[in-house]
Amino acid sequence: MNSKIGLIGRKIGMTQLFDENAEVIPVTVIQLGPCPVLRVKTAGSRDGYDALQLGFGDKKANRTNRPDMGQFKKAGLENALKVVREFRVDAETAAKTEQGTVLTVGDVFAAGDRIDVVGTSKGRGYAGVMKRHHHAGFERSHGVHEFFRHGGSIGTRLTPGMTLKGMKMPGQMGNARVTVQNMVVAKIDTERNLAFIRGGVPGPNGGVVTVRKTVKKA
Amino acid sequence: MNLLQQIEAEMVAARERKTTDVRPGDVVKVHVRIKEGDKERIQIFEGTVIRIKKGGFRTTLTVRKVSAGVGVERIFPASSPNVSKIEVVTRHKVRRAKLHFLRSLTGKAARLKPVGQIRR
Repeated sequence: MNSKIGLIGRKIGMTQLFDENAEVIPVTVIQLGPCPVLRVKTAGSRDGYDALQLGFGDKKANRTNRPDMGQFKKAGLENALKVVREFRVDAETAAKTEQGTVLTVGDVFAAGDRIDVVGTSKGRGYAGVMKRHHHAGFERSHGVHEFFRHGGSIGTRLTPGMTLKGMKMPGQMGNARVTVQNMVVAKIDTERNLAFIRGGVPGPNGGVVTVRKTVKKA
Repeated sequence: MNLLQQIEAEMVAARERKTTDVRPGDVVKVHVRIKEGDKERIQIFEGTVIRIKKGGFRTTLTVRKVSAGVGVERIFPASSPNVSKIEVVTRHKVRRAKLHFLRSLTGKAARLKPVGQIRR
């Protein structure tokens, strides 16, 4: 389990940077934070585990229900937040973080850091096997008819007499939680709370992503 | 202007080389910084611009020349810090944006018609 600190952000889009050898680095720009700490959970308390509850993005107060609003007020906020997510952290981090503090990119990340990015992938709807599993389909000619994009056989005969679990078939593609591990922070803009991350990040521009230090070993 | 456009506009403004008016069909001299060990020198690549892929900060130029009978094409990121200068030598009258047809032409057939004076 990842017990390292992270932040919630919004994917802005992709662009390029040049490194010191003037080589192009493809980067995804993510607006990370500011994330107020809404609650600190500790193992010693009733919660039984160490975690930080972080919020991100503005939301109109009249769109927020009273119990949620109460939670924001408790953390010393006046406005409501759109996204609230919990990050399991180690006991040390939980102990030194106070409710109501606002975390920004500069507090958590620096250029060169290795991170994991979690997003919701773009939804492709109910997709066939060619799109979903990269099956090859059938020939367009040589007598093939009404069968161009089908999946082919899904099993054998009486042995085992059933279709095996996990067979690749059509179904919902995308719109799922996707994690990309071990990405690199190329640059940080503390003024506008931007992180430039090497490579692509799951989800559409404007999608909510969570970024945390990687679980991978250095 | 959205945030991404704003970021790219800032990067364009921050780059060393100022934008030059380059068009498809121009013969250009591209000054490229080359590092050799700890020394740095400028190499000039001269050829015809056969393609400009526009994208603000992400713009690239494809420059073609025929060197010792062999066609050579280089793609330059216009914003690369290694491209220190782009000089327009001659401008030609061309009727399309991508001059890929030049690849299949050689010798006299590969000539382009120049247009009057170039403003630098």
